[in-house]
Amino acid sequence: MATQAQSAIIGISELKPVRYSTGQTTLSLIAESVRLAIQDAGISKDDVDGLLVGPQVGETPQHVPATVSEYLGIDPTMSNTVDLGGASGAGMIWRASAAIQAGMCDTVVCVLANKHEKGDSLRSPNRNPIREFDVPFGASGANTSYALLKRQHMEEYGSTQEDFATIAYWARKNAQLNPNAIFYNKPAEVEDILASPMITDPLHLLEIVMPVAGGAAVVVTSADKAATGKHKPVYLKGAGEKITHRAVSQAPALESLPFYSSIPRALEQAETNVEDIALFSLYDCYTSVVATTLESAGLCKPGKFGEFVRNHTFGHNGDYPLNTHGGQLGFGQADLAGGMSHVIEAVHQLRGEAGNRQVPNARKALVTGNGATLSETTALVLGGER
Amino acid sequence: MNISLPGPTITPISEPFWEGIKAGEFRLQQCEQCERSIFYPRAHCPHCFHNSLTWKRASGKGKLKTWSVIHRAGHPAWQELTPYVVGVVALEEGPSLLTHVLIEEDEIAYNMNVELNIRHIGPHPLPFFKKQEETI
Repeated sequence: MATQAQSAIIGISELKPVRYSTGQTTLSLIAESVRLAIQDAGISKDDVDGLLVGPQVGETPQHVPATVSEYLGIDPTMSNTVDLGGASGAGMIWRASAAIQAGMCDTVVCVLANKHEKGDSLRSPNRNPIREFDVPFGASGANTSYALLKRQHMEEYGSTQEDFATIAYWARKNAQLNPNAIFYNKPAEVEDILASPMITDPLHLLEIVMPVAGGAAVVVTSADKAATGKHKPVYLKGAGEKITHRAVSQAPALESLPFYSSIPRALEQAETNVEDIALFSLYDCYTSVVATTLESAGLCKPGKFGEFVRNHTFGHNGDYPLNTHGGQLGFGQADLAGGMSHVIEAVHQLRGEAGNRQVPNARKALVTGNGATLSETTALVLGGER
Repeated sequence: MNISLPGPTITPISEPFWEGIKAGEFRLQQCEQCERSIFYPRAHCPHCFHNSLTWKRASGKGKLKTWSVIHRAGHPAWQELTPYVVGVVALEEGPSLLTHVLIEEDEIAYNMNVELNIRHIGPHPLPFFKKQEETI
């Protein structure tokens, strides 16, 4: 019996080629292509929950899926840049199929477009809406965006500077058991954090990661192959992903931030709940990210992380072991490798090789990743048992 | 100042917005199908995916959703103007935008009423926001 197909193409579009795309941007051409393909398929844009895009030469070098998602007005649960030159279009189709079979999304739009203008020599690295509508107003960089989110949290919920500083305190404390951490032998009390300089009020210097050089790599293989490996395997039990916006001004309400979707999805896929998690390896570029992540994970009610962090302990032998490697706040952030540090620590803990910071009976870990300003979020449940 | 302040990177899609600011007018696109207002400017409606949008004069009024007092600017040209305030304004018409807030730190309050105040910073007029004047 032949293997049954698992997916099908249900809509197409093709813009008439023109020599010069006067009056257009790459983003506007992408939007028109997507609009026509959705029309051809006879579905609505809200049916689309996956997006595969090509790299956009000239307009935005980073955060391409979030920029395109935000521009289109869709909130995908799976997105990626496919960067395979002339093979990109074909490459997108199997990725879409694989993602659907993996349960990450139901309907994927694959889109490639590019503008071409006469004398197209203007190649500034950023030509996206943030460059046009944020930067000219004095708002550049993540420190500003995360300060805006922190201020919103404080105003809407009444959370305090001490609440946020407590998160940085635990990161520094846990880093004292990790000789590789940038802040090893440099603990900080809540008072020290509050006394550190204001960078972008209400964010203090010690609530912000230290940029460092470094790197990380992870090898993933099939569960069958992993069974004969050198180490005790660490299994991917569940994953969730959600993207809601790119610019902080376009962020949804606090209780609709994307971790509120991605973390429950990961837990559900892993058929577990948050109380069964032994290690919380949560992305922490800023204190404010951990605050909303704890709330999104359902460890406390929205807005109540302050009470939660005051009433519990977060060391390796505490109530809720959190970022036992020190987190990025204690360990340092080696650019994109900083996010991988949360995966690496979870593997150490689930293998049972974390030494003097080993979490007792560590069977499941929740790992999170976050990009832009709580825009692109991924949650994983890793487990030591298949 | 050695490094110039970065002005807006105007596109063919957003040009009517910036032309409006030059003329002292705050304009938003409105969707002809779902009638919702849109910001930032686009070629289509992100709410209903209709592609017929009309530029309309907007109130230039809204509420301050959040703000930050910048002590260390992300762009070197802004550093010598610190401290200054940026914030997110929820416009009366619905959408939110990031802007420069011309209000002293001790006068700022969550959800306060703010209004457009066009300022020339560098070569471009920009839609900054200030405290809304009391109307009697």
